[in-house]
Amino acid sequence: MPLTTAEPDALVPATQAAPDPPAGQPQFQSWGRYPRYNAKVIPLNWQGDFPAALAGSHDSALPVGLGRSYGDVCLLKDGTLLQTTGMNRLIDFDPATGILTAESGISLAQILDFAVPRGFFLPVTPGTKYVTLGGAIANDIHGKNHEVAGSFGNHVPCFELVRSDGSRRLCSRTENPDWYAATIGGMGLTGLIPWAQLRLKPIVSRSIDYEGIQFHGIDEFLELKQKYHDVEYTVSWLDCVSTGKNFARGIFMLGEHSKIPGELKPSPEPKLVFPFEAPGFALNRVSVSMFNTVFFHKQGKAHVKAVHDYEPFFYPLDKVLRWNRMYGKNGLVQFQYAIPWEHAKEGTIAILREIAKSGLASFLAVLKAFGDIPSLGLMSFPTPGIMFALDFPIKPITFPLLQRLGDMTMEYGGRLYPAKDAAMTPLQFQTFYPEWQRFARFRDPMLTSSFWERVTDTAGANRSL
Amino acid sequence: MSTLATQPSPAVPVADPTAKISKKILVLGATSGIAEATCRIWAAQGAQLFLIARNPEKLAAVAADLKTRGAAYVGTAVADLDDTDKHAELLANAVNSLTGMDIAYLAYGVLGDQAQAEQDFEQAAQILHSNFVAPVSLLTWLANFCVQRHAGVLAVISSVAGERGRKSNYLYGSSKAGLTAFLAGLRNRVDREGVTVLTIKPGPVATAMTAHMNIKKADVNKVAATIVKAIDAKQDNLYVPAIFQPIMFIIRNIPDRIFKKLNL
Repeated sequence: MPLTTAEPDALVPATQAAPDPPAGQPQFQSWGRYPRYNAKVIPLNWQGDFPAALAGSHDSALPVGLGRSYGDVCLLKDGTLLQTTGMNRLIDFDPATGILTAESGISLAQILDFAVPRGFFLPVTPGTKYVTLGGAIANDIHGKNHEVAGSFGNHVPCFELVRSDGSRRLCSRTENPDWYAATIGGMGLTGLIPWAQLRLKPIVSRSIDYEGIQFHGIDEFLELKQKYHDVEYTVSWLDCVSTGKNFARGIFMLGEHSKIPGELKPSPEPKLVFPFEAPGFALNRVSVSMFNTVFFHKQGKAHVKAVHDYEPFFYPLDKVLRWNRMYGKNGLVQFQYAIPWEHAKEGTIAILREIAKSGLASFLAVLKAFGDIPSLGLMSFPTPGIMFALDFPIKPITFPLLQRLGDMTMEYGGRLYPAKDAAMTPLQFQTFYPEWQRFARFRDPMLTSSFWERVTDTAGANRSL
Repeated sequence: MSTLATQPSPAVPVADPTAKISKKILVLGATSGIAEATCRIWAAQGAQLFLIARNPEKLAAVAADLKTRGAAYVGTAVADLDDTDKHAELLANAVNSLTGMDIAYLAYGVLGDQAQAEQDFEQAAQILHSNFVAPVSLLTWLANFCVQRHAGVLAVISSVAGERGRKSNYLYGSSKAGLTAFLAGLRNRVDREGVTVLTIKPGPVATAMTAHMNIKKADVNKVAATIVKAIDAKQDNLYVPAIFQPIMFIIRNIPDRIFKKLNL
């Protein structure tokens, strides 16, 4: 199943009590649990808490939600993290238009609990529902329906932006459009979003009409993509370990909301929690290779059709809370690129060969086509072409590999996804996002992140040159 | 600039007196973390709610949320519940607005600053007033209202801290001990009149009140779901999470010659 659009979190979902960290451990971790920085965490429980919470403080700050980004885009070393998850109230819902207005700390899981029984669904959802509305805007997240729906920001008609100087702006395509564009995909750096609107879409059933089709190689993937371009949800799981005749084999997965009315009950609470940190050797070439072979053949035949509930279709990993512990105490990093069509195929094949050669096993690999609907954010990640995402366990050879893969992505004219990143160099970032300096002018002077400090470090950029 | 285009309209319609199946609930201290989580469950059930709290912005945010979630009616009043002189008028208006009352949910209280209160009697008196004297005033009016109708549930948040004084929070604890004792006596008086008194004793719950405490805390939504069930079942006492019932049994029964040496 599509595993990787999964955004992360160090904390358990908002509906679960977060166990307290052992003494001396950082309180707030990103989903990859790498890097780890100490920071002060201040909860924002009410819209009026910002910028009041910063009064008297000279530390930099960063608004954060559920901490489901993988790397350091939601971290701030020795700074103040303003956690918005207590700011999770609904403000208004119009069933005629599907427009929900809510405080930004509400999670997509909480939105679904409200919306599904009323016959509505998220317009765009990532591979986990444990992200906040504010985080979804700040990272302009995408889902399996990118080709038909674009990214998350395309469904956010307006929001309010509050700066650390107390100024407030209503942002939409027509009102403060420059601030609107800077804040969508703006990594939480332009100010705090106290509330936002989201356009939900109607559904008549929880069910998804599902099809799974085996493919071998990127050409077959592209043929399937062409053939099913009008299907709402498409995503592919990819075997990144096999070489030879099984190179780039995978399963092309399609889904559409069922048109047959069904019971619209809310989802049950997840009960499974990954119970411990797996030892470092648990994920290796043999275990992952076995998993991939089993997964590839699990569907029994080359083409299956089935009806699934939306939970396993969209959120297969949410069933196991804290699954990131599977990667052991060192944590994991993710590598996620988008390469424009011009070089998408050759780039993907070259990068997959490099990954297979490295032997750095991982089974959470996802391949997908991004469509042509432009993202509204200045710094949005999606771009028409091929998107690929893969988790790596953290080992000594991981970072040199990521450096090579990042450079290859640059050569093929692609870009990496800040929300998933812990390794991009300043040169890579500034090449991927040529608008970064224009964006920097919208940054709130009190707000920054460890990611931003890392990739805008000009001394570092010169070093990599 | 500007604008909270989406703030709820201040003109709230009057509750429908014919809506018999929908519970009519008066909530005192409605912006507290536990109260808000409980009200979300009631709102989803289509209850009629009247909310009282001190901060108008917070109260408006909670009211809009509950209305959106499906509450059949949400009325509000801004009031400082420490001001006992205003209680009678405030409660009368609230019950009129609700056109009756099935449940009164008292979630009003303060944690206070133990260290300060040890040195400053004014601080200590303030904690006792907010957690004990003011609730007694509210409950006296509410109990008499319910007794006349031979119906109603008075659900009151006390605390496990009231079971035995500890050096880390004995002012909060003694105020809640007083409240628990008052509720036991009140129950003994009004049960025969058809009125239920539920004493809720939460352990530490993850809310804004306890955000600074670095201890294991219960999830507020689970606590709220347990409270709703206990009210429906017309229970007398509720420890939540349930593990606190045996824990507090032990704490109560440690002899003082040992207890006085402990750091609790």
